[in-house]
Amino acid sequence: MEIFIYGFINSISLALIALGFALVYGISRIPNFAHGALYVVCGFITWSFVRSLELNYPLSIILAMISTGIIGGLIYLFILIRVRGMAISEIIASYAIGLAILEGLRWRGFKGMTYTLPTFKEGSLMLAGTPVDYHRLIVVGVGVCIVAFLWIFTHHTKVGLGLRAMAQDERAALMLGIDSDRMAVVAMGFGSMLAGLAAVLLLPLGNIVVEAGYNVLLLAIAVCIVGGLGSWVGAVMAAFLIGFAQILTVVYIGPHFQMVVALLAIILTLILRPSGLFGRQKELEERV
Amino acid sequence: MMAQTRRKERLDRGIRVRTDGLYALMSWRELSYLTLPRVVLIFGVLALPFVMPSMYWQRVISIVCIYSFLAISFDLLAHFVGLVSLGGAFFVGVGSYLAAILNTSLGLPVALTIPISTVLGATICTALLLPCLPLRGVYFAIVTLMYPLALARVIEALNILGGTDGIMGVASFPSRWVEQYFMIGALLLFLFAIRRLVNLDLGLVLRAVKDNDQAVRASGMNVTFYKAIAVFIASAMGCLAGASLVHIYMWAGISQFALDFSILPIAATVIGGAGTLTGPLLGCFILVPISELLRAFGTLRIVFYSLILVGFIVFRSEGIMVYAQRKYHQFERWVKV
Repeated sequence: MEIFIYGFINSISLALIALGFALVYGISRIPNFAHGALYVVCGFITWSFVRSLELNYPLSIILAMISTGIIGGLIYLFILIRVRGMAISEIIASYAIGLAILEGLRWRGFKGMTYTLPTFKEGSLMLAGTPVDYHRLIVVGVGVCIVAFLWIFTHHTKVGLGLRAMAQDERAALMLGIDSDRMAVVAMGFGSMLAGLAAVLLLPLGNIVVEAGYNVLLLAIAVCIVGGLGSWVGAVMAAFLIGFAQILTVVYIGPHFQMVVALLAIILTLILRPSGLFGRQKELEERV
Repeated sequence: MMAQTRRKERLDRGIRVRTDGLYALMSWRELSYLTLPRVVLIFGVLALPFVMPSMYWQRVISIVCIYSFLAISFDLLAHFVGLVSLGGAFFVGVGSYLAAILNTSLGLPVALTIPISTVLGATICTALLLPCLPLRGVYFAIVTLMYPLALARVIEALNILGGTDGIMGVASFPSRWVEQYFMIGALLLFLFAIRRLVNLDLGLVLRAVKDNDQAVRASGMNVTFYKAIAVFIASAMGCLAGASLVHIYMWAGISQFALDFSILPIAATVIGGAGTLTGPLLGCFILVPISELLRAFGTLRIVFYSLILVGFIVFRSEGIMVYAQRKYHQFERWVKV
């Protein structure tokens, strides 16, 4: 039962981390290697709003998410837009931006145990004999809401439908009057906001550290690769697969292996089925 | 919009055309036009250990050579075979652990450990990467980025090969002159060998794999086999770099799988000029000393070279070497449209 509950929570957290990455790749085909950096940035912005400017907590969370979204949009607008379509340059440029942000934060002295966000609600309750704190329950609730919201957003709003059109066939979308650059900026901003949302939900469970940025990037990539790059339904499924696999290894083998699971999942998936477990088959695009 | 009345025209210099082929032997001027850049490079690099002011900067030269090996191997894979490998650290890690094990457990001398770990390490790397060779583009990049991370975590989790402490007490080079001239000699050897290689038949096939792999397959050639050869050569250079690194620092550890070894060579390649093979070397000779000078600023130097990298990739993606080659071989003039 414990495995089930914590596996579920872990899976939802992974899905939250990965959705932003999946969204950006699915729509503009840019592997956003700055995802982890945006995650950490949002954490630090929230922290500075709460602790330095002493705004109230929900307000600073919303402001931080909006600013992360704007940062993401600006990164696309000024840098990534120029290298779009060149796979090597996209990866190198976005990774370098992420690296610059993360190491810049480290240089400014954001490290150590001093940076924590308060949990939303203290205390815990017993769920079928297992103690679960309220914060984790809130994470699960928000995670499920976000998945549902994304589904409604992409199926029933004009912007959402535009994004899906871009993802399916960019040229046809262009012909129908959808501005692909504007949509890509929206997607990037939205993906960054999702990274920020994951940050404000998950960071209160631990300290805000720069290393989290790298781990988050790896987990996001793992989930997206296993689920099939670009398919965010696949990403949610893969989050459950990896989430439970991680919890099972932690329980039966040892906590050191948690990250090894994610990395092995990436390597094995790419070797055996590069389009992922739920990705559309496009064999020729990805291998010879 | 203002009508453009003139444009820039680029023409090959006469001397470049004359030095093509056997005519290069016509006069000393033509001969020196051809050999000057190469002579400057070779003697410049060979003279470096003498002009460096202190032991510290002589050590920096060895480090520059190590990064240059990785940069050249990245350039070879990315721009001549079309495999973007973000896993330079994987090659370094395998090479360095092999050399450390050979040296501490079997007691082999430095003269043996480096060649053995180069060949053996390249074989191991190629064998491990073999299943992912059919992958292309982003997929190959991601999988190679994951290999060093996964290997480091496995070593950490299983606590093998010295675990987080690493393997200590590895023998060093006999003297620092041997160390530097070995590094520089090997670097020049590999540089010119690979420049020759990419113009052989094999190089032609490799470039065809990059441009149109379906056509190569249609010609009845095994794409994966040729990719494996390229990966073997590239990982041999990486392992050589790793093995030398171990003997310089007398220590092998998880930090040899660190992202530094993957990122800095890529930055050097982008800055120096992609697809020129000499460019990456130039990039390393610029970037590594800068990052040494900035050591006092801590992690700010990583920020600094990431920003240089972004700047170059977005605004000047051709790199220094391509620009220099153009200026050397061609002249420009304005002509009326």
